[in-house]
Amino acid sequence: MITAPFTYKRAASVDEALNLAAENGEEAKYLAGGHSLLPLMKLRLAVPEILIDIGRLGELSYIRDAGDHIAVGALTSHNDVARSGLLASELPLLAHSAGQVGDPQVRHRGTIGGSLAHADPAADLPAVILALGATLVTRGPSGSRDIPAAEFFRDLFETALQPGELLAEIKIPKPLGRGWSFQKFSKRGIDWAIVGVAVQGTSVALINMGSTPLRAAAVEQALGAGFGSREAAAHAAEQTNAPDDLNGSRTYREHLARVLVGRALEESRSRS
Amino acid sequence: MRVTVTVNDSPVAADVEDRTLLVHFLRDVAGLTATNVGCDTSSCGACTVLLNGQSVKSCTVLAAQADGSEVVTVEGLAADHGDMHPVQRAFQAEHGLQCGFCTPGMVMASVSLLAENPSPTEGEVRTALEGNLCRCTGYHNIVRAVLAAASERRTS
Repeated sequence: MITAPFTYKRAASVDEALNLAAENGEEAKYLAGGHSLLPLMKLRLAVPEILIDIGRLGELSYIRDAGDHIAVGALTSHNDVARSGLLASELPLLAHSAGQVGDPQVRHRGTIGGSLAHADPAADLPAVILALGATLVTRGPSGSRDIPAAEFFRDLFETALQPGELLAEIKIPKPLGRGWSFQKFSKRGIDWAIVGVAVQGTSVALINMGSTPLRAAAVEQALGAGFGSREAAAHAAEQTNAPDDLNGSRTYREHLARVLVGRALEESRSRS
Repeated sequence: MRVTVTVNDSPVAADVEDRTLLVHFLRDVAGLTATNVGCDTSSCGACTVLLNGQSVKSCTVLAAQADGSEVVTVEGLAADHGDMHPVQRAFQAEHGLQCGFCTPGMVMASVSLLAENPSPTEGEVRTALEGNLCRCTGYHNIVRAVLAAASERRTS
């Protein structure tokens, strides 16, 4: 399969990328690692006329300790996130979960920013970012914006990014020595999660239980009220809207959510 | 657009459509047909090559994205005088192939794994090859081959 024809343009700087996007309007899309976009283009589910390749913007590939938070450049590959010593000590949930995305080949090309901007509710990292209470920093024609993760994911494949706006950095507050866990259930290692869960302290976020990654608010409330892991996990499917598809019915996913949240809370507790 | 890729240490340049995939550039322009197109959906790993030293699925990389980069295919592994790469020798010795369709991708994924982790456990080998499917289901000998190659590297 090949994609529909398009014009390829490569940006040498963030400013050039923003200018190219402004010149080409809604017919243009940014291309980072391409591991979400190119498969969609092969299926003609995405048919951009212009691709602006931002994949070589080294200025957006970094992991830095910024005191009270860690700053991760949007073009940092999953592999670099997974292998970062800084993240392993400060944000083990992020390092571990990045190492669970796809397979090694995908992790060599795929980027954290690309995964977040694509906003697939079945993807691993959007829920992780939500559980970590991160802030997404964008660059656009009218300057820079900080968007809390809770306001970034709007709907299926829809984010708060405006046309031409570029996700530049993810700022993640350092958690205060609390437990964490990442659990996902899939048929094969390379598949998207049928259901997954990310836990950091008392924050719990669900993968593939709705049209966006979701905070499991009822679970968090139960934990806050002093209930144990098992009692809290019983609330995991409340206020969710799980898909019903070939990989599982909604009822099955709701069951999985309760099971996985229970396991994740236990594992998180064992690490705290 | 004009794309120049250094493939197995030799520059290959051509004017190609912007939408040309790296795997088609390698097979149709460079004439290196060992790299197979399997699923064409970045699942099976048959098209795995090294791009700047790291394994990638060349069905999900544009030739334009690889412009100016270094690519190694399975044809580029053997030494100039014909001696096979240790991973290739191990696949032969351990019977790590049956029909052979997945083999170029398996070998390249294994070379990338051993570059990142020279002494993997069996579990790490299995996890690292998650992105490579063997339609003959010959996984056990493939894993043995990778472990044997790692062992040979350590002792040589």
